[in-house]
Amino acid sequence: MDRPESAPSGQPGDRPSVPEQRANGDPYLRVRDLRVRFDTTDGVVRAVDGVSFAVERGRTLGIVGESGSGKSVTSLAVLGLHDARRATITGEIFLGGRQLVGLPEEEVRQLRGRDMAMIFQDPLSALHPYYTVGKQIAEAYRVHHPRAGKREARQRAVDMLGRVGIPQPARRFDQHPHEFSGGMRQRAMIAMALVNDPDLLIADEPTTALDVTVQAQILDLLADLQAEFHSAIIMITHDLGVVSQVADDVLVMYGGRAVEHGSVEQVLRRPQHPYTWGLLSSVPSLHGDADADLVPIRGNPPSLINLPSGCAFHPRCRYADRNGDRSRTEVPALSPTGEAGHLVACHLAAEERVRLYREEIAHVGVAR
Amino acid sequence: MSLSPVEGVALAEIESGGDAGAPERRDVLGRSPGQLAWRRLRADRTAMVSGVMLIVFLVLALAAPLIEMAYGIGPREQFQNLLDGFGMPLGYAGGVTGEHWFGLEPGLGRDIFIRLIYGLRTSLFIAFAAAVITATIGVVLGTLAGYLGGWLDAVINWITDLTLAMPFLVIALALTPTLVLRFYGEREQVSSAFGVGVLIGVFAIFGWTSTARLVRGQVIALREREFVEAARASGAGLGHMLFRQLLPNIWAPILVSFSLAVPQFITSEAALSFIGVGLSDETPSFGRMIYRSLDYLQTDPAYVFFPGITIFALVFAFNLFGDALRDALDPKSSR
Amino acid sequence: MSASQVDEAREAGSTAEAEPLLRVRGLSKHFPVRSGLRGRHLVRAVDGLDFDVRPGQTLGLVGESGCGKTTTGRMLVRLLEPTSGSIEFDGRDITHAGRRELRPLRQDLQIIFQDPYASLNPRHTVGRIIAMPLQVNGIKPPGGVKARVRELLETVGLNPEHYNRYPHEFSGGQRQRIGIARALALRPKLVVADEPVSALDVSIQAQVINLLRDLQRDLGLAFVFIAHDLAVVRHFCQRVAVMYLGKVVEIGDRADIYERPQHPYTRALLSAIPDVTKLGPAGRIRLAGDVPTPLDPPSGCRFRTRCWKARDICATEEPALVPRDGGRQATACHFPESGPVGAETGGPVDVTVEEVSK
Repeated sequence: MDRPESAPSGQPGDRPSVPEQRANGDPYLRVRDLRVRFDTTDGVVRAVDGVSFAVERGRTLGIVGESGSGKSVTSLAVLGLHDARRATITGEIFLGGRQLVGLPEEEVRQLRGRDMAMIFQDPLSALHPYYTVGKQIAEAYRVHHPRAGKREARQRAVDMLGRVGIPQPARRFDQHPHEFSGGMRQRAMIAMALVNDPDLLIADEPTTALDVTVQAQILDLLADLQAEFHSAIIMITHDLGVVSQVADDVLVMYGGRAVEHGSVEQVLRRPQHPYTWGLLSSVPSLHGDADADLVPIRGNPPSLINLPSGCAFHPRCRYADRNGDRSRTEVPALSPTGEAGHLVACHLAAEERVRLYREEIAHVGVAR
Repeated sequence: MSLSPVEGVALAEIESGGDAGAPERRDVLGRSPGQLAWRRLRADRTAMVSGVMLIVFLVLALAAPLIEMAYGIGPREQFQNLLDGFGMPLGYAGGVTGEHWFGLEPGLGRDIFIRLIYGLRTSLFIAFAAAVITATIGVVLGTLAGYLGGWLDAVINWITDLTLAMPFLVIALALTPTLVLRFYGEREQVSSAFGVGVLIGVFAIFGWTSTARLVRGQVIALREREFVEAARASGAGLGHMLFRQLLPNIWAPILVSFSLAVPQFITSEAALSFIGVGLSDETPSFGRMIYRSLDYLQTDPAYVFFPGITIFALVFAFNLFGDALRDALDPKSSR
Repeated sequence: MSASQVDEAREAGSTAEAEPLLRVRGLSKHFPVRSGLRGRHLVRAVDGLDFDVRPGQTLGLVGESGCGKTTTGRMLVRLLEPTSGSIEFDGRDITHAGRRELRPLRQDLQIIFQDPYASLNPRHTVGRIIAMPLQVNGIKPPGGVKARVRELLETVGLNPEHYNRYPHEFSGGQRQRIGIARALALRPKLVVADEPVSALDVSIQAQVINLLRDLQRDLGLAFVFIAHDLAVVRHFCQRVAVMYLGKVVEIGDRADIYERPQHPYTRALLSAIPDVTKLGPAGRIRLAGDVPTPLDPPSGCRFRTRCWKARDICATEEPALVPRDGGRQATACHFPESGPVGAETGGPVDVTVEEVSK
């Protein structure tokens, strides 16, 4: 594919680590033209259709999208968790220089947990109910450290529990998941994900099931741990507020494709895709006029089995008819906006997008 | 013999979707869950083959008197002239001829084909009647226990456990002769209807527990669903809750358990008739035929073969269809 | 009792305001729970709530998991039986009314559920689902049930031709609209909305909030809007009650709660909401630990274990919900804050209270 390179490096850096990373060469994870296809009885579902991104160590990529946008399918593909009998995966996934697509299951399993780990939305279903939390963490350690003794693994697990802010970790080690509160369970999940010191951490809606006050704690914890372990993080979420807090770069997905990609500053402050505009203006906010109506995106998210032709967003886009039939017939390519590292897939001309955002969107909702 | 009300309603629901309206109307009409299940069933080749086989069996059983007329031989007619001196049928394969398609019974010389047709009728009638009764008892008790809960649930559970603890065979063996003695005395000829009734009764007493448990579990799961609460918040009474909100959502498992119960009763009837507590020799049935045929296993294997293969095909078709039905109604459970 | 003082004070201030449509006093719900070897315990899921809702008014009930907001909503529409206290609706006591007594009131009191998938019967057509309240109550609207269903579908922004479709053919947002249409079928005066948008996608949330706002305005509906998201509530409710572990800790008008919150918990909740307008780690107040279990709530003030201002008195004496600042706002705190969020007193800005949480 002649898709432009979408590595976020080289933008006006807001972190000093960027040039240093570039000097080291490739980013830790580089995904290029990833496609995930499911053949179902109702037809072919293109859950991910040509997505590219890269994450460097010490940085966080936020993948934003609604249900059915393909954001979770993308992360499962990176982890190699799709059932090969049902999903067809093509493209490139380079993890630390190794191509994962097409790698035998056994080798991907070796990498999982050691080089990359995942935090799930619902820790209760991700933890085994019959084993103690500590034992599960110690077991996860011993899988990748076969020569570690029981005592060493236990010590490591207790350390990790303490590190993620669980009080009295030695006592908590011997408790079962149901004895943990929701926030503590999510901390234990994070401890388990980090026990082998992975370089890539994928968090799929890690705070969606938690209360707001606990969510704030967990996001702080992830930021602290990242500073300490210098890992790359992919944060998958539907919540722009979470993205604004933790992400360095943002990838906005819609209908299985990337529609906007850039630094958090670019995507949230100078967004250029009408879908991103819609997301920003429909978020209820704590500021501004509470009596004014919210500005929702009209229509409903598309079904992946029956994606609209051309630009998948065109039935919901207020500006779709400014380009004649193009929006309906032609899939817009993800192309540079002129600002380094900022990519948008939209048929509107770049100057028009900037003008529209300034004149029509920026003062609405929270997007001001 | 009629279809059970359970299956009848469900089929009506499915069929109304199958050919409702012109294609252009379908867009607005929408597809009901029943219609979707019907489509999945139609796409499943196993379901279609076994379904067609079942329909053939049903038609044969229903049309037994017509077949008798066309075939020209009754189930009790004896053809002693076609037997040899030892009572064995003359000719090959147990006396198979253009006249007697499946040959003749050794000893009495009755036509096997027409007895099989009538045996099919008896077996299917007993199995369907027993399945309908057990399904009804199970649904009523299961729904009440699940929805109302409390002491009623405790009592019904207790009865279920008690029933499950009773040894089916021992009681069937003890009960049947006692009942026969009680109503007919030592020497009287027992009527076919009585034997059939006793069998259905025995099945009904023992067979309802699994349906009751299944339905109870389903109802408990549904009871907490918000659409049930929405109906309650609108002031719906017990009748509306049970018949409008809950039952339409548990047709699927009931239907599956029904379609799997029928073959079970067919084999149970054969087994009971085989050990001699079921039907008398007067009533044509699979069990009696197989029981009698075993004496001739070596001398006349064709006598064992025809009833054996028929009951096998019937039960096999029912089980295949039941499984396919389950997959069609609940695609998640199989994948 | 204390919140009633607030409302009474308010009534004295503006006599023109109508009688409350819903008057809740001392409402409690205790669930018996078997726990370990110690035998039966009582979970005080809701413990002594007082609030009023006037005709056409929207009250937001906000709080985190386990605060009892959902239990409260279910008691209001009598899906749950209150343990004590009273619910007065339209001047009548409905706290323990039976099904028959409730029947005439059911039409005025409806509920919208959270889960757009579980709240619609999958075996019924949309038309049947929306007509269910009419059918159950034996109401034959002029022009027929079908006409009424079409009208309702149009009201909630769905194609009236779709009354013959089944729920599985609709998206989450559309299903929630169907649930709203069902709640409106009897032309209620008060609707309890239990987290009606939290299961929806962001872009759909805004649609549904706008719809509810339009309905509230056009039909003069009163709402009890239950939510965990203070930002959503701000766009919908004129009055807001913040709940914590079964109790109202603060109640007031929207402007009071969002601009001059007095309870530390309200301030922490507001501060914890991620703000899209601010990039990078936001929020000044970090509460330590999780919400304690309602099985064994802390003594005195239930929030004290996570509060940065907690003193000895907080552990021994439960603060009453007392009106302050002219009476429209009431706070249950021994050491209420003042001023806008961000100007917290008596504690460091980045608060962590690990030792108290034990």
